[in-house]
Parts: sequence; structure tokens; C-alpha cells
Amino acid sequence: MEKTNSNNISLFDDLSDLDLLKLTRFQTFLYKIIHFFKAIPHFFVSLFGFIFNFIKGFFVWIKDDFTEIVSTFKEGDYKTRLSYPIMGFGSIARGQILRGLLFLLFEIVFIVYMITAGFHWLGKLPSLGTQASGMVYDPKLDTYVRVAGDDSFKCLLYGVMTILFILAFIYTWRLNIKQNQISEMLLKEGKKLKSTRDDLSSLLDEDFHKTLLALPLLGIFFFTVLPIIFMILVAFTNYDGAHDGYSNLFTWVGLDNFNSLFNLNLGSNNLSLAFGEILSWTIIWAIFATFTNYFLGMFVAIMINKKGIKFKKLWRGILVLTSAVPQFISLLYVSKMFAANGLVNGVLINSGIISDLSHIIRFWEDKTLARIMVIVINIWVGVPYLMLIVTGILMNIPADLYESARIDGANAVQQFFKITLPYMLFVTGPYLLTSFIGNINNFNVIYLLTAGGPDNPKLLTSAGSAGDTDLLITWLFKITTGAESKYYLASVIGIMIFVFVSFLALVVYNVIPSTRNEEDYS
Amino acid sequence: MSEISKKHMGLKAKERLSNTIIYIILVLMSIVWLLPFIFLVFESLRVETTNQVGYVIPKVFGFDNYINLFTKTDFPIWFKNTFIIGLFASVIQTIIVLSMSYTLSRLRFKGRKGLMNLMLVLGFFPGFLSMIILYKVLSWFNLTGANSVPGLILVYVASSGMGYYVSKGFFDTISRSLDEAARVDGATRFQVFTKIIMPLSKPIVIYTILTAFMAPWGDFMFAKYISHATSAGMNVAVGLQYLISTPSNLAANYTLFCAGGVVVAIPITILFMALQRYYVEGVTGGAVKG
Repeated sequence: MEKTNSNNISLFDDLSDLDLLKLTRFQTFLYKIIHFFKAIPHFFVSLFGFIFNFIKGFFVWIKDDFTEIVSTFKEGDYKTRLSYPIMGFGSIARGQILRGLLFLLFEIVFIVYMITAGFHWLGKLPSLGTQASGMVYDPKLDTYVRVAGDDSFKCLLYGVMTILFILAFIYTWRLNIKQNQISEMLLKEGKKLKSTRDDLSSLLDEDFHKTLLALPLLGIFFFTVLPIIFMILVAFTNYDGAHDGYSNLFTWVGLDNFNSLFNLNLGSNNLSLAFGEILSWTIIWAIFATFTNYFLGMFVAIMINKKGIKFKKLWRGILVLTSAVPQFISLLYVSKMFAANGLVNGVLINSGIISDLSHIIRFWEDKTLARIMVIVINIWVGVPYLMLIVTGILMNIPADLYESARIDGANAVQQFFKITLPYMLFVTGPYLLTSFIGNINNFNVIYLLTAGGPDNPKLLTSAGSAGDTDLLITWLFKITTGAESKYYLASVIGIMIFVFVSFLALVVYNVIPSTRNEEDYS
Repeated sequence: MSEISKKHMGLKAKERLSNTIIYIILVLMSIVWLLPFIFLVFESLRVETTNQVGYVIPKVFGFDNYINLFTKTDFPIWFKNTFIIGLFASVIQTIIVLSMSYTLSRLRFKGRKGLMNLMLVLGFFPGFLSMIILYKVLSWFNLTGANSVPGLILVYVASSGMGYYVSKGFFDTISRSLDEAARVDGATRFQVFTKIIMPLSKPIVIYTILTAFMAPWGDFMFAKYISHATSAGMNVAVGLQYLISTPSNLAANYTLFCAGGVVVAIPITILFMALQRYYVEGVTGGAVKG
């Protein structure tokens, strides 16, 4: 247990493995944090090196791929060669009917799509439309006629989808050539090719992962990947309520939106000030919300788990019961309970603690008080859940660790800091990260309790109003649903959240020991 | 008395003191945690006024709020919507999440690591951002507003594969030698999945169904955006918030909201308590494995 640090090792030096072993767990942790930040300049150097190598590797790969495509064509038989223009020809000719037909079908669909729609949308992508819908003067008829016009939204969406479709086609075409190359090789070696029946039955065996992943990945592609690509692109346009895309087109604006977010010279009420303010509160909130819940949940779990405490099931049951109630009910109810004319103030007046209406406590109308309230109520909402998790983990801590600690004369507090806490941090490191990210994006607690309020005039921007308890995610929601509907701004903020969270995850994965080494612990 | 037994007595007294303190804290905590819900039930039974008041015990008890909730508001529609969403989501989502997590946990194939990293990174984007485009596209298919139910099912279910972590953690704990033995005996991967692993996976199946069914009851952000202030397309969370969203609404509907809260909380709580064991296994397992 005792790993005193009597010798003077500096955590800022690079330590040998032997020296590292002498450190306590906390010092090791600190050492890792210090060295993470020390390594940042080096990190950027190696990052650029990596990017350079990546780009170089990419071109080398393309060159190699081209050479292979050409050599396959030169060395191949007529079946292979005909597969270059007619996808799947080789497969059909060699008896792999199903594979061949699928390749062919894909090619036909692709060509038909590109001719009927693909090139049209591709051409619209650079401008995002040139003619808005509405009334246009027609000199022949000498009157205004309604024209359908372009829809920038569709131009962008279909343009992106067309590009992805082309990439998919290139990939499939390459696959088709590879297929021929492999088939020829197998036949030369005197082996048999897989029949259609083999192909089908392998979907439940060697290729079972393809069967299982098809549906989930399809959903993720259309409902997550595609929307994210689209929304990243929106950050470089002026898409908002006024430029809705059909009655008023939107178009590319380059980095303007990012500039307006980082421009500090616009006086008060500018976006960058509001962004900085809301970002810093988001970080403060996430730290408090995560760690208050974590430590209090642990504290409660340890109390209930303590030897000699009776009715363990009852205490746990009460807490679990409250966490079973859907959160929106508890949050909305508590929010109204602490309202200016709510239950708490009413009871205080009725019992004479507050003399009259002018002295009521305005829980949601003061910046500091509202912020404290949301953190406290978040404890009330979150501790039962943490208690459940911690209870499960506590039971996994080997009991003999405590036994030997007791023999060594460690009291309860020492046992907590020397055994329980390190073990918990060790095991729940990834969970802490997930819950921290969850809290950065904790829409429900903030929106249902305060709706971001109290409104702060300093945070009033071109994007609409914002309040002192607004997180980036609730701000994003307000920007999207507000009268102005500044979608491009929402998109920029979403990208900022992504950058922040990724950076955090990078730090944490480098600092917190991974759970994979759990066996090393005891 | 010898030194040792004196010390022993001292320890015992200390132990008793610390236990007493713990009991006091636990009782206080239980009160703090339960009181708001007791208040909620009392306020839902209040007849004399629908507005907020400064006392808890109603002067006139009655079920007027519950009757009004079902006859004078759209609550039955919201309840039905949420129930349908929960039902469909729990079935489809369970299939998707289990296929995803099983594949990533127990099958080895090219690109597995890359796929997991990709999904980790995709998860760093705030999910709401996608709603701007999804809302627009869903509205082309008339799946928003009054017709939100199928739209919301799609939104919840489609990306649910990204939430594979907890059940992957479960599958990771099943010994691989089971698969290998069956493979040696000539079982296909499909047979290993259906005949060997699935029968062992009851806890995680129930956990997945339970969480998928319960999530739509608490979702606010997506449901509010997709239903777009159309009462016929709301779920209970959006509907009940809508009931008390303005000061005048609040005065007229506050006790109705309380009644609605009770009506929603009771079935969900009973379901949760009945299947608690599986839930606890799920959350602890998931937290440990990350």
C-alpha cells in the first residue's frame, strides 16, 4: 500500500520505467497529464508528418492501383477484358451468375441515374442553384409566370449523394476487376470457383458479419453519416430561415461563418462573446455535473454497502424507484416547484418564513442561483443511477485487499483513498469520459429545468437570445428552432462541439488507464 | 479490563456512532428523493384549483384532473403515440443493436477496428445537428407534424446501431471456447449465433428491449422538433410540456400535468422495477467495459 515519495523525482522529467514504478497511482496520473501536455508540440510535428505521409501514401497507392488495373487488363483473358466496360461479364461467363448479375445491375442503375439526374445535380453543386422559385416576367406573354426554380437544399443534398454514389461506383468497379483477377488465378491453379449456392450459404457462415451489419450500417449511413456530411457543408453556406433554399436561394460563403464566430472586434452582443460565455459555462457545467454525481453516487453506494447497515434493499429500492420515473416528469415538476409562484415559495409564505410576495426566492431568475440549482437538481436526478453502477463495481473489488489493509491498520478513510477510489477510477475511466460528453450535450436537464434562462441581454446576438444556463446544445436548439433559424450557425457550433469533444477524448485516452489491462490490477 | 478489550469497546462504540450517522443520512436522503414524487401525487388529486398553490395536501380530493386529462386534452393521443413508438422501437432497435454488437464482439473481419473507431468519432457530433436535414427530408415524405410517429420511429431506430457498447460488453464476457467447440462440430456462424449465444443472452436482450422501449417516453429534443408544435404528433414528454408551456396554460393545466406525470410514471416504473435485475446487470456491465 505505502509507496512514499521520499526521493526527489520530478514529475516534469522523463522518468525511466523503474522510477515510474516508485510513484503512487496519483503521481503516475499527474505524470501522464504533464507529459501529455509536454508532448503537444511534438504531437503537432508528428501530426504534420503523419498527414504528409498519408498524402504521399495515398498517391503511391493510387499509382500502384493503376498499374495493377492496367496489368490485369494486359494479362487477362477476354472475359476479364470485357469486364472493364461491362461489369460482371467475367463473373457470369465463369458461372458465378448471381455475382455477375449484381455487378451488372449496379452498373445499369448507375448509368441510368447519372444520365437522368446525376449530372444535373452535380452541375448545380458549385452554385447551389441559380433561379429561385417565384414569379418571373415572361416577355412573350407580357405577364409574370410562376417558375419552379431551383432548391438549394436539394442541390446540396443530391449533389453530395451523387458524389458518394460515384465513389461507390468506382469502388465497385475496382472490386469487379479484382474479382476477375482472383478468379483467373484460382482457375489457373486448378481450383474451383464458388458457385452461387456457395455465395448464398456463406452469408450465414464466413460472411455472416455482412448479413448482420447490412441493416445497422444502412441506417447509420442514411441517418448519421449523410446528415453529418451535409451539415458540415452547411457551415460553409448561408442557409437560414431567410435563405430557405427555394423562395430565396442559399449559396457558398466560404469561411465567413467561422470568421464571425471568432471575430472579437464587433463590440458587445457579438457571436464570439456569446460563444465564449456559453462554452465556458458548458465546461463548468459538465465538470460539476459529472463529478458531483460520480463522487456522491460513490459515497451513497459505499454507505449502503457498509457492513452492519440494515435494510440495504430498501435504501437501494427507494433510490432506484425515483430513477425509474421518466426524467422529463421529475425535471418539469421540480422546475415548476421552484418557480416564482411555485410550491416552495408558496409553502414558505404560508408558513410565515417569507413575509410577502416581494420577498420570494427567484430560483430561476438569478444567474448564480439558477446555475447552482441546475447542478443540485442534476445531483438529485443522477445519483441513483451512479449508485447502481458503483454498487455493481464495489462488489467486484477483491475483499482480501480490504482485509490486508485492515490488518495493516488502515481506517475507513485510508481504505477509501488507497483501495476504493483508485480501483473505481481505474475501472470507470471510460465511463467518466462518456458521461462527461453526455453532460456537454445534456439537453434534457437544462431545457426542461430553465429552458436556458434567465435570459441574458449580453448573450443576445444575431442568432437570437440565449440565457445564463444555456449549454452549447440548447443554444444550438434555440438557434435552429428560433425565428431566425440560422442553420449555418447551428452547424458551426455543432462542429465546434465536435472539435472540443474529440480533443477531450484524445487527452483522456492518453491519460486514463484503459480497462483492457484490468487483469494487471490486483 | 485489559487494554485490548477496552480498545475493542471503543471501536464498537465508534462503529455504532458511524452507523447511526449513516442511518440518519440515508433517511434524510430517502425523504429528499421521494418527497417531490409524493407531492406530485397529492397535487394530481387536487380538485379546488388547477393552478399552483402554496400547500401540498389538497383541500378537496378527487380524480377530476385524471378525468379531464383523458377527456379534455390530447393526452390519450400522446400516450398512444408514445406507446406505439416504444413498441416498434423496442423490437427493431433490439434486432439492430444485437446484430451490431454481436458482430463487433464475436466475429473477426477486415475493417472491424476501423468501423468501431468511425462510430466512436461519429458519436462526438451532437445528434441534434442531423435533425435539421432529417426533419426536412422526413417532411417530404409527410412523416413530420401530425404524422410524426413513423418518422420518430425511423429516427430512433436508424442510428441505434451506434449504441452497441453495453451489449458488446456483455457478448465479450461469453467464453470464446463455446464458439470454437461448436465450429469444430461443424456449426455455421449463423447456427452459433442462434443456437449457442442467443440462448445465453437473455439478460442483455431484456435490457436492450427495456431501454429501447423506455427511451421514447423521455425523449424531448427530437420529438419536439419532429412534431413541430402539432399536438397530434407529440409524445407524452412534448405533450405534457406543451400543456404548461405558457403562464396561462400553466394556470389552467398545472394539476392536469401532475396527473399526466403520474399516469406515465406508474407503468414505466412498474416495468422498470420488474425488470430491474437485468437493467442493473446492463448498466454495471456497460460502465465497466466502457
